[in-house]
Formats: sequence, structure tokens, C-alpha cells
Amino acid sequence: MGDHSGYRTGAERVEVLERILGENERVARANRAAFDAAGVTVVNLMSAPGAGKTTLLAETLRRLAPHRRIGVIEGDIETSLDADRLAGFGASIALVNTGNGFGGECHLDAPMIASALPRLPLAELDLVIIENVGNLVCPAEFAVGEDRRAMVFAVTEGEEKPLKYPVMFRSADLVLVNKTDLLPHLDFDTEAFRRNLDAVHPGVDVLAISARTGMGVNAWCDWLADPLGAPGAAPTR
Amino acid sequence: MHELSICRSVADIVARHAAGRRVTRVHLRVGALRQVVPATLVYCWELAHDGEPGTAVLAGSVLVVEAVPAGVRCRRCGAHSELAVPILRCAGCGTTDVVLVSGEEFLVTSFEVATDAVEA
Ligand SMILES: Nc1nc2c(ncn2[C@@H]2O[C@H](COP(=O)(O)OP(=O)(O)OP(=O)(O)O)[C@@H](O)[C@H]2O)c(=O)[nH]1
Ligand SMILES: [Mg+2]
Ligand SMILES: [Zn+2]
Repeated sequence: MGDHSGYRTGAERVEVLERILGENERVARANRAAFDAAGVTVVNLMSAPGAGKTTLLAETLRRLAPHRRIGVIEGDIETSLDADRLAGFGASIALVNTGNGFGGECHLDAPMIASALPRLPLAELDLVIIENVGNLVCPAEFAVGEDRRAMVFAVTEGEEKPLKYPVMFRSADLVLVNKTDLLPHLDFDTEAFRRNLDAVHPGVDVLAISARTGMGVNAWCDWLADPLGAPGAAPTR
Repeated sequence: MHELSICRSVADIVARHAAGRRVTRVHLRVGALRQVVPATLVYCWELAHDGEPGTAVLAGSVLVVEAVPAGVRCRRCGAHSELAVPILRCAGCGTTDVVLVSGEEFLVTSFEVATDAVEA
């Protein structure tokens, strides 16, 4: 140091330039390698609380589980309620409770998925769907080793949400607009929603569905048949 | 929110690089398109390393967050626009044919270690 004052109270600066979530990304790549080695395609399903992920998954398993070998990783803060709703369709379910520590994590991270892998018969599966913790902010920041991200947005949430929560809308490869059976009872402005979505994520794939009536669910199942063939990789991966 | 787990990641990174030296300040660079609240990060910082194994060198340290605005470059007119809202649009010509050039940063840039040794 060039300081000759005799007494150094100063600070020495250490350059780091490391990605904050680098360790999570490293584990996510390892998960991805395990999925690839087993020939499994992985979809990370994200949404705000209650947008309809579990309802959609039940409808999805009802249609696909007889034909495809499907695994589900259920992220839930405290309970096994959602996992229980998906039992009985013939899919393999692995529950991840995020509740240890500080009131529960608000997202799944790559190490949590790594811990669930031994509980799935990966080599026997074609497709794994991860139901992330219901949260419109945090899950989008954490890669878990997925091939694609799908987001469930319920029309009850309001058309301005893409502008308020751009990170998740930007990171989704497919946006499922759910609960469209309720549209006659709402003043949801579909045009405005599409404009807002396009402003934060130009050109993203969108599918209107109702997990309640089954409208659009077959089209979602078609997307799941070949998520990698679908266009568009997420910009914030 | 996930600020606490982010702080834990930062604490692990800095403690590893510090290699036993006492850390006084930690500098992050966080883009506006990250849904991370800088004030919450600062607030969570002490919670994140207090009592955690291997992070004693961080005791009493301060987190400093450099917020980077979101910016786009226009593919049509070449203009650079800083975004006040997360709408990817050129302020010059209005097109959405733009490339994001900043706003997604999420880095530990540096930290400071105390060098309070007396010299001869
Ligand atoms: N009307 C209507 N209700 C729906 C639809 N899809 C889901 N719901 C209802 O919305 C509520 C929440 O659905 P879930 O499937 O539990 O939502 P989730 O996203 O799994 O919720 P979390 O896991 O808690 O975040 C339930 O009462 C569902 O019956 C739909 O398409 N239309
Ligand atoms: Mg659910
Ligand atoms: Zn322009």
C-alpha cells in the first residue's frame, strides 16, 4: 500500500464480481444434468398463491398420466395438502416442504429440488412438473434446473400485474391465463392485460384456459408433449 | 420475500473470499429489474449472518447496494433509454424493438476488510 502515514485505519478493497445466486445456479446445472441423463423434460410451474396450479396439475395428470410417465415435485410451505390432491392419478409425487427456518421460504431453490430427486424414479419418467411455491416474486429468481417455465396467471388477479411483477412474467416461456370461466363476472380487460404482458415480455406464448371447466387444458397438454419444441427461451434465466 | 436467502448467499460468498479477514463493508450491484428491495436487503443483512456458521468475519459489517437503472438500446434508431417503468420501449421512437442493456445485474462487486494494523 502507498500509505506512509504510519497508521492504517483504512480499508482494503477486495474485488469479487460474483453472481449472488451463483451457487444456486451451480446446483441447478447439476439438477439439469441429472434430468438430462435420465431423459426427463422438466417444467417449472409458477404463479401467485391460488392462481390454480394444483387444480391444473390434477386435470393435467387425469389426461396425461395414463399415457406418459410423469413425476411431480410439490413445493409447499408447510402442508402436504396439494400433494394429497394429486395422489391417485398414477404419477410419482415428491413433496418439498420449505417450512424449515424463518416462516418458510417463499420459493423453491435448486438445493431443495436436488433433495427431492432421490424420491423420484427419474430413470422411469418422461416429464417432471415442479409446482413452485405460490408467490409472484421470488420463484422467478431461482433456477432449479428446469427446461422451461410456465406461469399460471388467474384473471381474478387483475390486468396490471405484468407491470407490477415483471420478473416472473419476463421469465415465463408460456403464460397460462386461467379462470377464464369467471370472465363474465369480472371487469377484467383482456386487451389491456395482453398489452401489459407484451410490454414486459414481447412475443411470449399465451394460452387461455380454465382448469375448472377444462377449456384449453388439452392445448396445454399438447405444449407439455414438446415444451422444448415450443419457441422462446426465457431472457432472465 | 427472498431478501433473507439472498443475503445468506452474499454472506457465503464474502466469507469465502475474506478468508478470515474482518469485513467492514460489502458492495452489491442490483439491477432495477430484479424484484429485490435494496432497503430490505440492508435490513436483512445482519439477520442473515448473525450466528451462521463460518460468517463471524462479517459481524458488524454494512451492506451497500448500488442500484442500476434498467436501460434499453433501440434496434431501430439506436437511442439509449433509461426505463422508469418495466416497459421495454424506446423513448426516442416508441418501438418495442429494443435490447435490454442493463437492469438485470445481481452481483457481489467487492468488499472492504479492516487493515487497522500499526506500522513501524
Ligand atoms: N373458477 C375457477 N376456479 C379455479 C380455477 N382454477 C382453480 N380454481 C380455484 O382456485 C382456488 C385455488 O386453486 P389451486 O389449484 O389450489 O391454486 P394453486 O395455485 O395451486 O394455489 P397455491 O398452491 O396455494 O399457491 C381453488 O379454489 C380452485 O378450485 C378455474 O379455472 N376457474
Ligand atoms: Mg397448489
Ligand atoms: Zn428508437
